[in-house]
Amino acid sequence: MTARSRHPGRSILLTSGLAIALAAVAVPFYWLAVGATHSSQEIFDSPPPLLPGGHLGENLATLQETADFGRVVLNSLGISVVYTLLAGVVCTFAGYGFATYRFRGREALFGLLMLGLVVPAQITLVPLFKMMAELHWLNTYQAVIAPNLALPFGIFLMRQSMAALPKELLDSGRMDGCGEFRLFWRVALPPMRPALAALALFLFLYQWNDFIWPLIVLRDDSTFTIPVALASLQGLDETDYGAILAGTAIAAVPMAIVFLALQRHFVSGLLAGAVKE
Amino acid sequence: MTPSAPAAAAPRPAARRRGRWGTAAPYLFVLPAVLLFAAFKLYPIGWSFLLSLHRTVGGTETFVGADNYARLADDPLFWTALRNTGVILVVQVPLMLALATGLAVALDSTLLRGRPVFRLGFFLPMVTGLVAYGIVFSVLLNEEYGLVNWLFGLVGIDPVPWLTEGLWARISLGLALTWHYTGYNAVILLARLQTIPAELYDAAAVDGAGALNAFRHVTLPGLRPALLLTTVLSTIGTLQLFDEPYVLTGGGPDNATLTIGVYLYQNAFKYFDFGYASAVAYALTVLVGVLGLIQFRLLGEKS
Repeated sequence: MTARSRHPGRSILLTSGLAIALAAVAVPFYWLAVGATHSSQEIFDSPPPLLPGGHLGENLATLQETADFGRVVLNSLGISVVYTLLAGVVCTFAGYGFATYRFRGREALFGLLMLGLVVPAQITLVPLFKMMAELHWLNTYQAVIAPNLALPFGIFLMRQSMAALPKELLDSGRMDGCGEFRLFWRVALPPMRPALAALALFLFLYQWNDFIWPLIVLRDDSTFTIPVALASLQGLDETDYGAILAGTAIAAVPMAIVFLALQRHFVSGLLAGAVKE
Repeated sequence: MTPSAPAAAAPRPAARRRGRWGTAAPYLFVLPAVLLFAAFKLYPIGWSFLLSLHRTVGGTETFVGADNYARLADDPLFWTALRNTGVILVVQVPLMLALATGLAVALDSTLLRGRPVFRLGFFLPMVTGLVAYGIVFSVLLNEEYGLVNWLFGLVGIDPVPWLTEGLWARISLGLALTWHYTGYNAVILLARLQTIPAELYDAAAVDGAGALNAFRHVTLPGLRPALLLTTVLSTIGTLQLFDEPYVLTGGGPDNATLTIGVYLYQNAFKYFDFGYASAVAYALTVLVGVLGLIQFRLLGEKS
């Protein structure tokens, strides 16, 4: 007998309690979806709208007009995809190197990279900004992408996952005359697919939602990413909240869907990295 | 499995069998990360320290030694930012972690129906970007027209100045942070909970321990490493807090939600006082380091 069937009353109490909490957590999501379909006036009506309205198309048109939002979405997509691919390679390489080889300086180098987890990101903002200015990289995509390619958390995640590779598997590959890179590509990577999915999702989300760094290096609105564009719209004197919420929904809803589709990999991969000692 | 049998039997052949790459292979794998890290992290960290010893006036830099650091000590705004950040640290972080622990225990309970749905649902806010949820919260919490005050009105509660009055602005910021990060922390704690052997709970039950005692003597000690991790991560995150106050309250009203992160940004990219901003950044780093060490000492000693 399960605990559930022994205590049906407690089970119902716990489940409904958590359901109420979850409903409270879901309010901002629901309200975002509703707000995106109403005009600015309707959003601030009393009573506020509780059901979807008919202004989504209009809001998207306003968004396109005031912020060239199609371009902004493409900027965000392009930057996030390229970042995910490049940072994915860097982090996977490093994770594999640290997890499967013993070499002189391994501990020191890994420790150095992990320092990046605790040193506040803000400490590098000003010098990085000056660096980008000197490279004439301001308002370019590479200025957003390059500085965070060696993401410490990504390296940490991959090292944790790669550490689970059986040594015998790699050694037998070597016996068969496999070169080191082929070994990595043909033997080590295939069983790592769930970890790679988790890494890719994490990197994509990180870049898609990143705000402060793109805000600093992207000054020209044709290069804006979604968060930067939304923040700039909010700063206007006559803020059109219908349009802003439509843009916010575009930023949040696809991510939520991608996350739901891949969540099994994501949560388990993240946890493998976070909790193993 | 036959080909692997002789390999496993051979005494560590790997080192000698690295082929043409020889011993360079491991270095080649970690090289891209190390180079990028050196160029975009270590080098700027050093440069930042140099900047903190200079004053930027009209584009020219003059060496001023420790002047910027001396200025910090006399800067009321810096102390305000420090105090605001400290309040979030001692109020919001413990409340959120307690909430996350309770949530993790509930999500782990066999009494709960539909566990996967709940796990997912509570994690979802983490996926939303900081700007996105900041905007949603600022509209929801609008004093005159927001949904929250309208709901309050239905039950006869006067409108709350969520974003326009100092204390309430702080509470709003705390609510937004709690909404965003509780589920994430709960998932980390939950993973750890699942590694606690069921026999320990059975033994506690045999010894006559009630639910509360089992929680105190089995659950909490078992959670210790995960609690350390979530505490340290939340502390680092709080000390660097920027996006939420920037979007939600702009640091206001009257600097009530000015954090060190926002103050640093203002000095650097509003007043272009790079030297002073760098001094603020170094003060922040020292703070992160000291608090991190203390937390490791307090929470990590027995594990």
